[in-house]
Amino acid sequence: MKYTAQDFKSNQEPRWCPGCGDHAILAALTRALPTVCEDLGYSKERVVVISGIGCSSRLPYYVDTYGFHSIHGRAMPIATGVKVANPTLSVWEATGDGDALAIGGNHFIHAIRRNIDINVILFNNQIYGLTKGQYSPTSKLGQITKTSPYGTVENPFTPGSLVLGARGTFFARSLDSEMVLNQEIFVAAAKHDGCSICEMLTNCVIFNDGAHSQIADREVRADRTIVLRHGQPMVFGKDKDKGLILEHGKLKVVKIGEDGITVDKLLVHDAHCEDTSIQAQLINMKYPDFPVALGVIRDVAEPTYDDRVRDQLAEVKAKSPITCVDELLRSGSTWTVK
Amino acid sequence: MQHKVIDTNDVVIRFAGDSGDGMQLTGTLFADASALYGNEISTFPDYPAEIRAPHGTVSGVSGFQVHIGQSGVTTPGDFADALVAMNPAALKANAKWAKPNATIIIDTDSFDEANIKRAGFETDDPIAELKIEDRTIVAAAITSLTKESLKDSGLSLKDMERCKNMFTLGMVFFMFNRPLEYTDAYLVKKFGKKKPEMVEINKKVIRDGFNYAENIQAIANTYTIAPAKQEPGVYRNINGNQATAWGLIAASEKSGIPLFCGSYPITPATNILEELAIHKNLGVKTVQCEDEIAGICTAIGASFAGNLAVTTTSGPGISLKSEAMGLAMITELPLVIVDVQRSGPSTGIPTKTEQTDLNQVLYGRNGECPICVVAAHSPSHCFDAAFYAAKLALEHMMPVVLLSEGFLGNGSEPWKIPSMKDYPEIKAPVIDSCEGKFQPFKRNPETMARYWAVPGKPGLEHRVGGLEKNTAGVISSDPENHAKMVAERAEKVQRVANYIPDQTVLGPAKGDTLIIGWGGTFGHLLSAYHELKNEGKDVALTHFDYILPLPKNTAEIFANYKNLVVCELNSGQFANYLRAKFPQFQFKQINKVQGQPFIVKEIVDGINNL
Repeated sequence: MKYTAQDFKSNQEPRWCPGCGDHAILAALTRALPTVCEDLGYSKERVVVISGIGCSSRLPYYVDTYGFHSIHGRAMPIATGVKVANPTLSVWEATGDGDALAIGGNHFIHAIRRNIDINVILFNNQIYGLTKGQYSPTSKLGQITKTSPYGTVENPFTPGSLVLGARGTFFARSLDSEMVLNQEIFVAAAKHDGCSICEMLTNCVIFNDGAHSQIADREVRADRTIVLRHGQPMVFGKDKDKGLILEHGKLKVVKIGEDGITVDKLLVHDAHCEDTSIQAQLINMKYPDFPVALGVIRDVAEPTYDDRVRDQLAEVKAKSPITCVDELLRSGSTWTVK
Repeated sequence: MQHKVIDTNDVVIRFAGDSGDGMQLTGTLFADASALYGNEISTFPDYPAEIRAPHGTVSGVSGFQVHIGQSGVTTPGDFADALVAMNPAALKANAKWAKPNATIIIDTDSFDEANIKRAGFETDDPIAELKIEDRTIVAAAITSLTKESLKDSGLSLKDMERCKNMFTLGMVFFMFNRPLEYTDAYLVKKFGKKKPEMVEINKKVIRDGFNYAENIQAIANTYTIAPAKQEPGVYRNINGNQATAWGLIAASEKSGIPLFCGSYPITPATNILEELAIHKNLGVKTVQCEDEIAGICTAIGASFAGNLAVTTTSGPGISLKSEAMGLAMITELPLVIVDVQRSGPSTGIPTKTEQTDLNQVLYGRNGECPICVVAAHSPSHCFDAAFYAAKLALEHMMPVVLLSEGFLGNGSEPWKIPSMKDYPEIKAPVIDSCEGKFQPFKRNPETMARYWAVPGKPGLEHRVGGLEKNTAGVISSDPENHAKMVAERAEKVQRVANYIPDQTVLGPAKGDTLIIGWGGTFGHLLSAYHELKNEGKDVALTHFDYILPLPKNTAEIFANYKNLVVCELNSGQFANYLRAKFPQFQFKQINKVQGQPFIVKEIVDGINNL
């Protein structure tokens, strides 16, 4: 069956603030889901959206399929339970920087470590929005918020580094307004067998407006970000005149046409490379020294947790002489009283 | 010394040693051999929280008590007829549990100056210091004798020493005229394939211990305990945690719904998860999670996706799960939460038993959040308790707490194996389609249960969550709607009373004193009831398996007695619950909060002194 984005829109009016980046991410998701269903053979009712608590976690109400808006920080284990119970479902998760990286940090790293086959959309607006403006684990050092009136005194996480540290197999990053790229990322995440983390740099118009504007503003975006695609040279800039090379094992920004640099001398993005060293550098690139990396940065094939659970069940079942509870109860040492 | 063989109805044996001495295994082997021989048995492991507590100290003593008999074995026994003490600390910690005429076996090799000091004795004569000179003390150089027995075995000196528990087991086998064949069979099963030489080594040590005990003639009395007069059938020995796991698997089979367990290891509940992890052959999925919260949340996710979901834990774990229990309650998803209670608060005494989580499971959540609570009353009853907890959860679409206790989880008893055909069907309200738009909180008018639309079913797409909803599943903060939903969820739990058996009474239907209990104290209360009855007291016993809701006839029963005495291993949690439910009655209390089960005498004296 062919679906359209309209099929995935629920009858609920999104309650996010006007101008909130979450609207665009929802739109990209409902546009990506028809492709996901068509390419992977899912019917609509086999799509499930799980969330925790926070602005982003309202998302399940706006997608017309099975949804579970759970409790703060626990979307990961709930999604894990859904996927293990029924591996034929396409399981999505909407979570935020507070939900996934503060209260749910433990679940976040362990779900990634297990490589459970779920697709996680991590809305990173670097602030607690629903509680009205407190700093989060991704707020910049020194950021002034309601709970840090003199600036924060703690360093933020780089979510991508956390993913790599937890031996993640898929990491993508994008900006909320990148409608086309985000659909591409969501489809890639769905196609990846394993735990896919899609970090969306999102703007909170009320409590952290412009958090990403330094790189996200239309006039500077092309020069301050780089969209990575597997197998393609790392070119960026409004005029496609800049690129990345590896020099002494470190990334370096170069200008095409200067110092004998041509496009074929640029680094070619390898998202499938198991070794994380270049991907780690790409993830950690920060403006103004580097463009911020967007797109699918890591996409490596590894067996998934749910596949291993299923295979082990089948293997043990095939070998075991016990096939029902009556046999189980009579297994081992028993004695008969006459 | 004159040797007497005494025929007796029942005896209690307590094995005690350093936590590395293998006393749990020795006790288990003795219990299993007795059960297979046909005795009634009841066991009680009493071990420290540390895997290897400081060597030779009282805090590191590990004990295992076995009660065997022809009939009436309902508890692991209060005081021991025979005590094995592998070192001075074990003797010090356990002498108080030995009857005045008990036989005490000690390993003299371990009674050296250093160990006596380490155990905290002030003199060099522990026997005199403990004032137990009048007991029959069998002082045997067990460690040296074990080494002598194994000198040609090829084992290292250290490995030889580790066999001393088997030598002791042989001695105790002689004392109680146990056949050796059951233990031989165990050894073949355990070592047969991997280390066949260990079968012969262990058999030899056990026989040398047996023969030594016979030859020294130091054991004045040996006992025979004839097999119990049991109902015909096939029996096995089972502990409470194993029975819990199997009861859940049985419910999965009966309902045709796959079993999922999300858990985190915690004493004394861990071996339910371990047992479930074995049974992938029966389709059981287990996820060992990163923490207690993930344990219950994976289970809630699995329940949403259509599995029979379970999470298992103990004291501190139930605190951590509280918020998610509320989520399961408001989303009205089936879930069994097993709490194998241990001594608290906080970490408390992890390996000791108590009934102190009752308030927590009844009241320990934010908002109006009643949850059905069921309690197991013996190790083998854990099977039925788990089966029916799962049945209620599935049929009524709600979380159910199954309260077990460390005493039940680790304790074991023989069990007449039931047949699954004698268990009722379990029919969860799963739906494939509905008329009109699916309304997640539309209810069955009789049970008040909502219907279970599992992801993957076309046309039933819906959202659930922790936010208050209306019947249609739409978020609502409307005051009237909230009041209605709170009332409906509470009413659904209350209506379970229509689906559970009436409460029964043992003894006269009207009279002086009613002993009231719940959970794992059943065996002790039953023994106390029999003793009081034999003393000619006008006494009856009622024991609750269903705590929330209570059986419908509860008040009717209470009205028939002058004294209502609630006996429990806490400071009065069930008594206070009953007071709130039934303000028309006066409840008296017998309580104990020592991390230990009742002693029958405590209950008998308590009732007599009312």
